[in-house]
Amino acid sequence: MRSAIRFALAGFALVTLIGAAAVHAADTPNPQADAAAFKKFFTDKFPKVKLEDFVNGPYSMDEGLYRQWQEKEQFPPYEFSVEMGKEMFSKPFKNGKSYADCFPNKGIGVRQDYPYFDTKQGKVVTLELALNQCREANGEPPFSYVRDEMAALTGYMAFTSRGKPFDIKIPDDPRALEAYQKGKEYFYTRRGQLNFSCATCHVQSPGERIRAEVLAPALGILNAMPIYRSEWSGMGTTSRRFTTCNSQIRGVPLSPQDDEYRDVEYYLSYVSNGLPISGPGARP
Amino acid sequence: MRPTIAIVSLIAVFAGATSLQAATEAEFSAAYAAAEAANKEAGSLRNQWTTTAATLAAAKKAATEGNFDSAVAASREAEALAKASIFQATSEKTLWKDMEIR
Repeated sequence: MRSAIRFALAGFALVTLIGAAAVHAADTPNPQADAAAFKKFFTDKFPKVKLEDFVNGPYSMDEGLYRQWQEKEQFPPYEFSVEMGKEMFSKPFKNGKSYADCFPNKGIGVRQDYPYFDTKQGKVVTLELALNQCREANGEPPFSYVRDEMAALTGYMAFTSRGKPFDIKIPDDPRALEAYQKGKEYFYTRRGQLNFSCATCHVQSPGERIRAEVLAPALGILNAMPIYRSEWSGMGTTSRRFTTCNSQIRGVPLSPQDDEYRDVEYYLSYVSNGLPISGPGARP
Repeated sequence: MRPTIAIVSLIAVFAGATSLQAATEAEFSAAYAAAEAANKEAGSLRNQWTTTAATLAAAKKAATEGNFDSAVAASREAEALAKASIFQATSEKTLWKDMEIR
């Protein structure tokens, strides 16, 4: 009888341990598995859309919009911004240095590597942040993260990187994995009085309409940034997109480039690894 | 006996009249402070709502105009909104996982 009780207790302990291990495994961040599941979700949901076409957002979801967009690309509305960005990028700072001195490959064709986790700073560095850090290091005041100048610079840098696949890396640093995980948490967390998360629109409802707009899929959503939006009658940075998304769901936006926004950009870019840069983009 | 009844009646009438009276500035101040404190807590959770801020502003505007009934009502509404945003932020600490693509 005693041995039967011992056997039962041992069995119970083993089951408990296995259960705990399974829960632990489920909670341990696994970016590679996340990225694979992310791509599978969207390609299963939209079997007719080619993987690389997801970067075209709502246009990949709607044939009519796709045709309109192709015609619009003959005279793209972001063209002036790219020209402005090119001019700004090549103009030296007062100290004689330029943006090219702050970036690998002189800043040409590098968009696909941003954001990255900077182990020295211990945080995610987005392209927008890197540009302002470059300015400040050279004695120039930072640009607003939501205005035309930043959109022009990032637009030009994206333009020189078109077609290059996102290549976001998570270094062997627990802080990097933590930033990734926090970005994921932010992406799925409901907020604002409307009780929406980023995923409510861009995972649960891509291709559906919200008022007159067709919602873009989360897969490849940042590959097209920055974007010209007809709704804005102008260009918008990633920071502008995040903050206005928050306002639209009746949440008070955080400050541009706060940890949460940089982390969610890290997460979203990582799960879109392999998809080509298509920015700057144009959206209705 | 009669004086006692009269006194009790007077107290009752006075109390009734008080409850029907317009809200005071002090009541507004207390209601507004409670709403602000709740909204501050939502801020520490990084989850304030724009509607809370707008309702707090409406409360302050009504108070400035001397309309303390509206000011108190708006303050209480703002507090309820702020508490809802706190509840949302707290419950989402685990609920977000339900939406995750796996």
